[in-house]
Amino acid sequence: MADIAIAPTSTALRLVWRRLRRNWVSAVALSLIVVTAVAAALAGWVAPYEPDATDAAAALQAPALHHWLGTDIYGRDLLSRIIHAGRVDLAVAFGATALALAIGCSIGVVAGLYRGLVDLAIMRCVDSIMAFPAFILAMAITAALGNSVGNVLIAIALTQIPNYLRLIRGEIFRIRELEYADAARVVGNPAWRIMFVHLLPNALPPIIVQATLAMGYALLTMAALSFIGLGIQPPQSEWGSMTAEGAQYIVTGEWWLFLFPGLAIVLMVLSFNLIGDSLRDFLDPRMRGVR
Amino acid sequence: MTAVLEVRDVSVRFATDFGEVDAVDGASFEVREGEILGLVGESGSGKSVTATAILRLIRKPGRLAGGSIVLGGRDLARLDEEELQKIRGTEIAMISQTPRTALNPLITVGQQVARLFTLHAGLPRAEARRRAIEMLAMVGIPEPERRARQYAHQFSGGMCQRVMIAMALAASPRLLIADEPTTGLDVSTAARILDLLRELGARTGASILLITHDLGVVATTCQRVAVMHAGQVVEVAPVRSLFRHPAHPYTRALVRSIPRVDRASVMEPVPGSVPSLLNAPAGCRYAGRCPWVEDRCRREKPAMTAVAPEHFVACFAVEDGRAPAV
Amino acid sequence: MPPLCEVAGLKTHFPLRGPQAWLRALQDGRPSVVRAVDGVSFKVEPGETVGLVGESGCGKSTVARTLVRLVAATAGSIRFDGEELTTLGDADFNKVRPHLQMVFQDPTASLNPRLSVRRMVGEPLKLHTGMSAIERRERTDAVLEEVGLGTDLAERYAHELSGGQRQRVNIARALVTNPRLIVLDEPTSALDVSLRARVILLLEELRQRHGLSYLFISHDLATVRYLAARVAVMYLGVIVEEAAAGELFEHPAHPYTRALLAAVPVPDPDARRDPFALSGEIPSPIDIPTGCRLRNRCPLAQPVCAEPVPYREVAPGHFAACHLV
Repeated sequence: MADIAIAPTSTALRLVWRRLRRNWVSAVALSLIVVTAVAAALAGWVAPYEPDATDAAAALQAPALHHWLGTDIYGRDLLSRIIHAGRVDLAVAFGATALALAIGCSIGVVAGLYRGLVDLAIMRCVDSIMAFPAFILAMAITAALGNSVGNVLIAIALTQIPNYLRLIRGEIFRIRELEYADAARVVGNPAWRIMFVHLLPNALPPIIVQATLAMGYALLTMAALSFIGLGIQPPQSEWGSMTAEGAQYIVTGEWWLFLFPGLAIVLMVLSFNLIGDSLRDFLDPRMRGVR
Repeated sequence: MTAVLEVRDVSVRFATDFGEVDAVDGASFEVREGEILGLVGESGSGKSVTATAILRLIRKPGRLAGGSIVLGGRDLARLDEEELQKIRGTEIAMISQTPRTALNPLITVGQQVARLFTLHAGLPRAEARRRAIEMLAMVGIPEPERRARQYAHQFSGGMCQRVMIAMALAASPRLLIADEPTTGLDVSTAARILDLLRELGARTGASILLITHDLGVVATTCQRVAVMHAGQVVEVAPVRSLFRHPAHPYTRALVRSIPRVDRASVMEPVPGSVPSLLNAPAGCRYAGRCPWVEDRCRREKPAMTAVAPEHFVACFAVEDGRAPAV
Repeated sequence: MPPLCEVAGLKTHFPLRGPQAWLRALQDGRPSVVRAVDGVSFKVEPGETVGLVGESGCGKSTVARTLVRLVAATAGSIRFDGEELTTLGDADFNKVRPHLQMVFQDPTASLNPRLSVRRMVGEPLKLHTGMSAIERRERTDAVLEEVGLGTDLAERYAHELSGGQRQRVNIARALVTNPRLIVLDEPTSALDVSLRARVILLLEELRQRHGLSYLFISHDLATVRYLAARVAVMYLGVIVEEAAAGELFEHPAHPYTRALLAAVPVPDPDARRDPFALSGEIPSPIDIPTGCRLRNRCPLAQPVCAEPVPYREVAPGHFAACHLV
């Protein structure tokens, strides 16, 4: 390329806006996630009713003015329940992913940097875990540990660790061959600084992107676990268990009890998937000028 | 001498987030029959973009913004994709600076070359294979039958480039565009590739447009040369004339900035830096770096005028006599 | 005055791994190694530029990397400022690093994309000196000015700089600890023609101002002729010729040097070309011919060339490894 420097920041906002306009789908997805997360966090203020407030007179009402998404058999407002349940879902999705990322990356970096026997040992362990279908593994762990929010988080995290581990190990393999890793050594950096200041920050972006996709998976796993009766169970409400409960009512015609919790799951997972690519762009310190 | 390729006033524009970039601005030159024309310039000068434009391979966000590209009487700028596909590979061929990546790693080298014969000449497999081995021998690959059965990764850089040349010349094109064919090759390998190009050009009668940033390559291999700066063609001349009497201020500065291996030299860097092509001003793009610049230079783009037989320069200072003769 | 850096009999061998290597080892009866550097000796005087030239695979980059301990030397000695480097422990070698720095070839790949210019250039100070943050910043800014970057670019990131600017950042980083010797591995190869002149002039200016020594590694003979006081030519892991720059380029003794010079395209259409050329291709560094390494390609090869090659002084200060000179 010609020897021209690209001026930063002065038009940064305009650039961001331009790219937002091109990636409007991701922008919508991101907004959806943010709105849901905020609503879930402020559930007490946002939800129109108490999630456990029963109202026998209003039982099994279809979506209407008073209850936007209808009510269940106890007269509890479905919208409020979905908002409150969202806290558990999103918290576990983020939490499990974050935990898996932290553990997977730490071990993966060690494997990538030290190679040799250490790498061999770690990777064979990873291979054994990955030999199990992830969901079966999650089921087994939850069944063993018992049904609770914490255990579900641990189970999902454990099944995800191998992915991050392999990813970051691969990235470290790639980066350590790059010249700035060499330059870091020549300048006199000790091994730990090379790892944390030079290699890790550059290895993370693709991992972060993977993490957004994995959050969708975590959500789905959690919902699936509750659906089949493992993990989070009533009275603790969660989108998956709500969908399971709602399934019973399809035959009797109360479609909203099944549809809306299920839709919540679908929209969230879809949103996570859609922001993945654009997130990579946003995380990259380079601003691409040409599209 | 007849012109095989006539590039007239070609412009290539790119739409970027920052604005419009005129990567090539009104470039004009011709490649004559049987000659090797050098297109020389630094990176950002637009020489590779020009090559891509000639092949009509410019894709979004770039576009051919004007001019004509006449090859054998037909204006390539006016043809549609179907007709262009018939021309690419048969009448015009191109080799680039990364030969190994241009070769298919999954099939043998022999198969790759043979495919060209089955595709363009419609030859049956056995015949195509025979011709392929002939081509490999012609480009100087030792033991061609054995090598034809090998894969790209088993060839050295220089060998890969020879294979590329073989593939390019397979259909006997009238014009071969060589885009920095020796960058990235060792000195001695590069010398041999250039010798090969010269020899094959003479033997097949193909004209060669040799794109390079190396003035040494130009001096040893080309008959005529066109100098580009920031997307504009600033000087076109026979090689001897260019080196003995460089006219354009940029050419003069360029010649003075390269160290020599055959004698002790003084290096003077080209003053200033390549201007940004973003929303470039009208007028001569060397204006910001030129010691003989005038107001007029910034407003008007100078036309090519002759300063000696066959030696053309686009510069007001040279026209007006402000720049001393060399 | 003793030389600043003295390399003697340096060897850097890389053992081959993997099943193919084992099979080969069985075939040959000895372990397969890539003898990248196979007995190299040279000196760098204080304030001098020594050029190390050769084509790809000759081992010049490996010499550079061995000098700064990116790879370990297999044998031989490297004396720097009176100290033997090859036997130093890692911690002790780290104390030498501020005095022995390196500029890499690819200006983009050698800069961490996530660190600002200031942080990168200031890092060596943080690692090796006890300077406070303010002192570091002052020194960093001074060096940035010196290499022609100025302080307004200090907060930028690598991708926001042009190629020439990035290489200047590299140079600044190598300069910031006041080294005595800088190893430059093809510092201008990735740069544009017109930028090269600037960077080379800058390097020369810095060398003169600070009394630096350079080990300038390149395949660009013209640049080496301009910059270096002495030049050594490498082929397949050994030095085949060494002389003062002017002497080497005017009166090359070794056939390889002659062939190399003959192949460089001179920007003068009337220059007469020396038709001297080697045949064949560079052999693999695993399979090095016995005796003179060039003998399978040299047009002047004689039966005596299969014998071990003497390294002779063919003129004052001019050495060549050839039977026939």
